[in-house]
Amino acid sequence: MITSEQRFAIYDLYAQYASTADACRFEEWLDLFSSTCSYRIIPRENYAAGLPLCLLLCESRDMLVDRIVALQQANEYSIHVDRHIISGIRIKPMQGDLLSVEADFLIGQTDSEGELSLYVMGTYHDTVCVTGERALFIDKMVIIDNGCIPHAISTPI
Amino acid sequence: MREVQWPRNDYSRVPYFLYHDAEIYQEEQTRIFRGRTWSMLCLAAEIPLAGDFRTTWVGDIPIVVHRAQDMSVHAFVNRCAHRGALVRRETSGNAKSHTCIYHRWCYSPKGDLIGIPFQRGVRGQGGLDKSFEKSEHGLEPLRVEVFKDVVFGTFCSDTEPLSDYLGPMMREHIATLMKAPIKVLGYQRQAIDGNWKLYAENLRDTYHASLLHEFLVTFGLDRATQQGGVAMDDRHRHNLTFAVASSDSDAEANLAYGAHSLNSDKLTLRAPALLKFLPEFEDQRSLSISSMFPNAAFQRLNNSLAVRQIQPKGVDKFVLAWTFFGYADDTPEMSEHRLRQMNLLGPAGLVSMEDAEAIEIAHRTSRVDAKRHSVIEMGGGGEISDRNYRVTDVPLRGFWSYYSELMGIEPEGAVR
Repeated sequence: MITSEQRFAIYDLYAQYASTADACRFEEWLDLFSSTCSYRIIPRENYAAGLPLCLLLCESRDMLVDRIVALQQANEYSIHVDRHIISGIRIKPMQGDLLSVEADFLIGQTDSEGELSLYVMGTYHDTVCVTGERALFIDKMVIIDNGCIPHAISTPI
Repeated sequence: MREVQWPRNDYSRVPYFLYHDAEIYQEEQTRIFRGRTWSMLCLAAEIPLAGDFRTTWVGDIPIVVHRAQDMSVHAFVNRCAHRGALVRRETSGNAKSHTCIYHRWCYSPKGDLIGIPFQRGVRGQGGLDKSFEKSEHGLEPLRVEVFKDVVFGTFCSDTEPLSDYLGPMMREHIATLMKAPIKVLGYQRQAIDGNWKLYAENLRDTYHASLLHEFLVTFGLDRATQQGGVAMDDRHRHNLTFAVASSDSDAEANLAYGAHSLNSDKLTLRAPALLKFLPEFEDQRSLSISSMFPNAAFQRLNNSLAVRQIQPKGVDKFVLAWTFFGYADDTPEMSEHRLRQMNLLGPAGLVSMEDAEAIEIAHRTSRVDAKRHSVIEMGGGGEISDRNYRVTDVPLRGFWSYYSELMGIEPEGAVR
């Protein structure tokens, strides 16, 4: 049984996830993950073949924070604006406050001269914890269909 | 093909049009990828069983690599002899033969044409003339050699033996990397909007590494102040770049990088396990990446092991395909460590995501102004030779020297 409060909290979580990532508000984006989270991006090619290699693997919140700090202070990447379109949110209860959530995403990327291209598309396979009106990611797996990544991966998918 | 005007005979000036000219691209397919070179096709571990096949590329030419029932490895062009359609569409699998879906022409694991539907027509009408020889219409074969479980192929019957082509430097590097049976951990691919030669140069450019990739410098993975250098084969077509971790101090590096400002006093990792280096080779090198002319790189960075294949996709685009692996006898902890350290490399790599951007901004700006050229002079001009320091781009001139020899565009009095 999924309550309407849980459902609204999860919808809000994905809306916040998209808007904070696209606006590069990375501290707020990090706040959507619990203290014991994990986050990975895996190409569908590896996922389907049962190969463990990811494109990006953060086994802890500390690793996720390190990624963001590196992005802000050490890495160089294209000047771009991303736009996440997330749809088809599918929720299944797990146990206690935990829910399994799947959703599809599409990201359009606009470059510094205003040209748009389709960037990546795929599915999230997530575990979300809902307490009251607040939902947080416990585990997030980003499965990218177009595993031949255009350009590179810098800002969050 | 238009004439190439090299401003200097030591390749310290490279005309921009070489990255953009469609005729040059076609000539490269003929003279380089179909020429007297060996290309890396795949790893033997990807086709371990009889019947296993994998599709790959030599330049822009689609290839199938197939392990036959007698365990021999064969490679041939993945293009039906009938109407030119792709015969094998999957990236990998196991099969006893290859059948083109268009008209069901069928080929053996060695690429021989073994079946043509309605070859004699129906009720005595139609079909092929009796003079048609199936043996003349197989899939175009490559010569294949396997060295240390890496599969290489060449189109030319008179390419020098693989062992000579690799030379002692590449042989030793590959033998060290492939010291034990490997286990493939997975694949990464990225499509970069630039000419493939910009990546061949990037691999040979130790000068950029510690400037563009700030993460490397900040966390001491690769600094110009470390012990290391570049080594080439006799013909300067391949390159090895290497460095020894902890062979410099933060203070020394700070002094050298000066105004560029090293972040190491400001940045620390909350999860430093990412950077842990567990020595597993006899040399103490924490970074050792070789690039083999024309299409491959063999990589060790700390404990992250991979081969990279360059797949040109026209003048303006190439795909970089990474195959990460560990050893079959890795402990579960070591496998986890390698999977974690993968974060450093690939399209999202903490120390490699910048390369795509650098190549794309270099490619974008040089499309016109054909007479302009780039400048390659770190480590000096003139002679092309190994260096025991890291602020150098001499191996780029080595690449262009061999490239020009194969393309037949060497300037008068060219340095080799």
